[in-house]
Amino acid sequence: MKAAVVVFPGSNCDRDCKVAVERSTGASVHMVWHAETALPPGLDLIVLPGGFSYGDYLRCGAMAALSPVMTEVRKAAERGVAVVGICNGFQVLCESGLLPGALLRNAALKYVCKPVDLDIVRPDTRFTRAFGSRRQAVMTVGNGEGAFFADADTLSRVEGEGQVVFRYADNPNGSLNDIAGLINKGGNVLGLMPHPDRSFEAELGSADGALLFQSLLETV
Amino acid sequence: MRVRVHVFLKPGVLDVQGKAVENALQGLGWSGVSDVRVGKTVEFDLAGSDPAAAEGEVRRMCETLLANTVIEGYRIEVA
Repeated sequence: MKAAVVVFPGSNCDRDCKVAVERSTGASVHMVWHAETALPPGLDLIVLPGGFSYGDYLRCGAMAALSPVMTEVRKAAERGVAVVGICNGFQVLCESGLLPGALLRNAALKYVCKPVDLDIVRPDTRFTRAFGSRRQAVMTVGNGEGAFFADADTLSRVEGEGQVVFRYADNPNGSLNDIAGLINKGGNVLGLMPHPDRSFEAELGSADGALLFQSLLETV
Repeated sequence: MRVRVHVFLKPGVLDVQGKAVENALQGLGWSGVSDVRVGKTVEFDLAGSDPAAAEGEVRRMCETLLANTVIEGYRIEVA
């Protein structure tokens, strides 16, 4: 498997993502600077990492969504390449229109940093199939603006199309419908607030994040 | 021309900052305060002299970058 992690100014989970993908899957992982106008050829996976791209200026993910590299990420997504946006990466995917909705400030106005229980709503996606018959997972969240929001029409469409992949068992931030992660209609772009990259080995408290990355091995 | 863009969360989108400020103001004794919304203002100079054309251009800026219309509305002043 060949993967790339996009590095925006202010990303701070880019190295974590590289190590997590490498150790989980054995993939070769390229780091791609946000100003690049081309991606390495033959990618199977693109990761948009967590952090504070562009200092969260204006809105989380807003500036990153307009980065030169995002034009290429969008083209790759259209070709069916798997794209995972984690935390700030999820915000970037929503800001860029690759996923519906937006992430709002947490309902309790607090930065939430802790392991959370997740319900796996869609165990059949290319990002979740390695979970097998399991319907629960534990991953760590770390966000201040992680409350998923979409207007009522969009929300019912997202639910109707089965785009919700993960829900919080105990909602930590006020996300509508307890949404922790969702996928695009094509099934190749996933955004989630919990960090599989901080939950990929037992020493980190949970190894469930590794399964997310390993799921992709079954398609490459 | 001086342009001022006001960006606010749309009605119906929970503004937790506004809520916190509202609670604080009420706690300080301003009991008549309600429905507080916290937004942001972006100000800049824009070359040109036609306010109508400027407004159209600024509208495109809002739709492209300055506001996320999934959650935010905006109001433009050109002076």
